[in-house]
Amino acid sequence: MYAQQVKSTGKGVKSLDEMDPQERAFQERINAGVKIEAKDWMPEGYRKTLIRQIGQHAHSEIVGQLPEGNWITRAPSLERKAILIAKVQDEAGHGLYLYCAAETLGISRDEMTEQLLSGKAKYSSIFNYPTLTWADIGAIGWLVDGAAIMNQVPLQKCSYGPYSRAMIRICKEESFHQRQGFDIMMRLCEGTQAQKDMAQDALNRWWWPALMMFGPSDKDSVHSAQSFAWNIKQDSNDELRQKFVDQTVPQAKYLGLTVPDPDLKWNESNDNYDFGEPDWSEFFAVISGNGPCNKERLAARNKAWDDGAWFREGLEAYAVKQDALQDAAE
Amino acid sequence: MSDTHALQSYVLRLADNALILGQQVSAWCGHAPALEEDIAFANTALDLIGQATLWLTYASELDAQGRSADDLAFLRDERQFSNILLVEQPNGDFGKSLMRQFIFDAAHFPYLQGLSHSNDARISEIATKSVKEVAYHLERSSDLIIRLGGGTKDSHNYMQRALNDLWRFSSEIFMPDALELSMTEQGIAPDLANIETKFTRHIHMVFERAGLTLPESSYMHNGGKIGIHSENMGPLLAEMQYLQRSFPGVQW
Repeated sequence: MYAQQVKSTGKGVKSLDEMDPQERAFQERINAGVKIEAKDWMPEGYRKTLIRQIGQHAHSEIVGQLPEGNWITRAPSLERKAILIAKVQDEAGHGLYLYCAAETLGISRDEMTEQLLSGKAKYSSIFNYPTLTWADIGAIGWLVDGAAIMNQVPLQKCSYGPYSRAMIRICKEESFHQRQGFDIMMRLCEGTQAQKDMAQDALNRWWWPALMMFGPSDKDSVHSAQSFAWNIKQDSNDELRQKFVDQTVPQAKYLGLTVPDPDLKWNESNDNYDFGEPDWSEFFAVISGNGPCNKERLAARNKAWDDGAWFREGLEAYAVKQDALQDAAE
Repeated sequence: MSDTHALQSYVLRLADNALILGQQVSAWCGHAPALEEDIAFANTALDLIGQATLWLTYASELDAQGRSADDLAFLRDERQFSNILLVEQPNGDFGKSLMRQFIFDAAHFPYLQGLSHSNDARISEIATKSVKEVAYHLERSSDLIIRLGGGTKDSHNYMQRALNDLWRFSSEIFMPDALELSMTEQGIAPDLANIETKFTRHIHMVFERAGLTLPESSYMHNGGKIGIHSENMGPLLAEMQYLQRSFPGVQW
């Protein structure tokens, strides 16, 4: 989810019979639900796919600080300000856990940062939309964190131990974020007409980008098939999207808000909501760098990195000097 | 000035220092030079906003007009804010924000230690809680000043420039006016001279280890405590108070 369209080997899933003994043993461990740990042998494709997936997830947390950070200094009460700072801080923390999990696969945080800053690595499309009103902060918590949780809860049981453990910590905090987002929306919807309008406008703007977070249908994707086999993906994009719609529509009704989809209706025959198709041309424009804020997000991250070079180099130089002094004393 | 009003004015000074610095530090979220700094600076901002909330809640209990803590934060004008000039200085580069933090922490820590012995039970309680957080702020900012001062030539220069720029705001907190003298006399506020001694000892130790030197001019600015602020204060408040001002009287 925060990792969209993760490419795997692209070669299709091998049967156990086609695998050499080492790979077969690896696959059998996964099939038996045994966790793979950093020092265990793993196929190169598994390692590379996980690096891409965890990396995209980590970058999303880092870039995800920016749209919400935009409202920290304008949060409307002391309590809301404190909650928002804590939330953005959690996101930086999630980025850190995830970079650490990816590092166990043999890539450094600096390399991953370089990939993000150069635009080579992807992050979730959702963070390329602007936060225009305070209600957007509510909508992000409610919809974006809500969508993220759909995907991240099953990932707690994924086959790679360090990723699974990072997800367990992250999920606890994400569900708190979602409740906080919904609470902001609730307060707005109980308020004045201007506040309700603000809430409806936020839902209108964030609904479709939230549905796009799950990525286009992957029912025929060879990449997804391989990720299912390795148990680093558990549900198809369409299944997760359906689950999200079914969970969220009643919440919107409770708030007294209208979901901006004329095709949305309850389908009694399958106990699900039917809903319209997101505009995938918009999605592809956003993930290829043409969303409303792609350039600004990358520029902000590059600026933070470049402006902070003296700081990081200063700390490193000090550490080197201290080590030299210690060596001289011994 | 009634005793209650005087006490409230004093508490608001404590609140405003924490609030304005917390507001400024929070703007670094997502823009710091390393992920660890994003987390640590956000943590400092969070502590300061938390402390401001405690002080403002007490100030609202003392308020003759029945204003809430949020009213006091978001509906007072520039001239009614009584924070010291140091905390309202613009963020600038990360070195400047860090130096501002260090100078404030070095004063804030002994100040809160003193306040924890206040004979006003509420002040003592809030200070006792806050001083634990600020001990950590001071430990962290002192450590970074030493490392960056002794890091590369570049990092040294960043910190020296920041010190040269901010030093002129470092003593305002210790310059007592009639209100503070009266608070000290009543045992509500600590003796500022005593706190300044502790401050001076600590910063000299840190600057010596960091290889940083105090600027030649020792001229010190003041005025913040009585609402005479720098021009940065207006835009800062305009941003912070924007929603409360645009939609008066609503709940968020």
